[in-house]
Amino acid sequence: MESFAGFDRPSGPAGVRNYVAVIPVSVAASAVADAIAERAGEQVHSTPHQMGTDPPEQAREQIERTLSGIGTNPNVGAAVVVELGTESTDADAVADAIADADRDVEVLRIRERGGTSASVEAGVEAANRLWADIAGLERTEQDASQLIFGVECGGSDATSGIASNPAVGRACDRLVEDGGTASFSETSEFIGAEHILADRCESESLRERLLERVDFRESAAQLMGVDLRGAQPSPGNQEGGLTTIEEKSLGAIVKGGTTPVRGLVDYADSLPVGGGLVLMDTPGYDIESVVGKVAGGAQVVAFTTGRGSTTGNPIAPVIKVTGNPKTAERLASNMDIDVSTILEGESIESAGDRVYDLLLEVASGKRTAAELRRLEEFAINELQPNELAQLRESA
Amino acid sequence: MKGEVLGGVGLQMSRHDNVVTAIDDVEAGAVIPYDGGEVGVEEAVPFGHKIALVELAPGDEVHKYGEVIGRATERIEPGQWVHTHNCRSTRGRGDIADGEEEVA
Repeated sequence: MESFAGFDRPSGPAGVRNYVAVIPVSVAASAVADAIAERAGEQVHSTPHQMGTDPPEQAREQIERTLSGIGTNPNVGAAVVVELGTESTDADAVADAIADADRDVEVLRIRERGGTSASVEAGVEAANRLWADIAGLERTEQDASQLIFGVECGGSDATSGIASNPAVGRACDRLVEDGGTASFSETSEFIGAEHILADRCESESLRERLLERVDFRESAAQLMGVDLRGAQPSPGNQEGGLTTIEEKSLGAIVKGGTTPVRGLVDYADSLPVGGGLVLMDTPGYDIESVVGKVAGGAQVVAFTTGRGSTTGNPIAPVIKVTGNPKTAERLASNMDIDVSTILEGESIESAGDRVYDLLLEVASGKRTAAELRRLEEFAINELQPNELAQLRESA
Repeated sequence: MKGEVLGGVGLQMSRHDNVVTAIDDVEAGAVIPYDGGEVGVEEAVPFGHKIALVELAPGDEVHKYGEVIGRATERIEPGQWVHTHNCRSTRGRGDIADGEEEVA
């Protein structure tokens, strides 16, 4: 059985990082959250986003679910929740969810504190106080089965389906074999490959639910009277040799490996520990998709890219994997592992084992390229009108 | 790597595929051994892009990964570049009215 050196949490699986999260509930509190993290130091990370102060009810629920998930991610040891004070998104509900996971949490209300400067001041003090309580925590040996591994692809090209995704898929298979959880998402990128995933679903009800979700994403494009071409594959994907969504999807789903599909959860919903391969229903936008899985509990993310992406995440380390030899060279400083060697004859098993070894090293504290450069993109999926309508119908 | 590189030029991911993926930039005139014969590459094809192994008529399925990735929209000769100019998705086509073309 494989293991990693992680941080015990009072509840839930071990963390691979030990952060104080500063979580704004709306765009109106994001600048203050950023300023707090900036001033409080390296172990304090903010999650700024663009969500408004009064979203429709279903959208608000998704925002609260996402922020609560971020605050209870195993990599977060304590949190400060920041609100302006006009939001319908409930800072107390987010803080309660974090407290329920046995983390210390404080709520900062900008209007009550007397404005931005006073709030930043108070926030820095709170973050430092919270940090002092968890700073002494040391890494101890943890079973790999505690890991929830989020996998993502972005800036895909033909090498994604040939090299980087199969290598990451092999790492997912290894983790699932060791008792952990692997998750991938972006339902619109199942289109054309859903029959393969459906055949691997553990139950008939799961199979039906998966096909319904794919159908919904596909019909959304049809309803709007547009096709997916132009957006899927994107112009960049097309330049990289991907002609159709089917081709992109067939290459994309291999990043989840070959084990049975054991579940499908909503955006930012909790991913099970020791759950095998579990899919998350998200849109096909990398940053939001990564954030959804981190909110679901993923401690580590692998991000495959053919054409080159530099993106990271404030809470979970993001391992950049490329199968494109030109990208491996041009973007060497943003990549963590080069599996373009597969094109020259390295087996997928061997390259995938290297990814799995790196996953355990990163889980044990090794910094990724995105972490070293403090690349910490964060965005929450905003429900679209057709999704809101569907949620209202099914409520 | 899954599949087989034919003649050091293109990767055939499944034996049933009728296209290969260029594993480097390919010049016109390159030769791909296929099905006991040879396919001459007719035009320069960039790294990662696809080359037809067989003749495809408009509407014929294009296969990669042993799966359907789209249909030919015009006649494609063996050795020609296969991409958005001559191959289209059959999915997510909101631009096509119901019944006009199969949306399977």
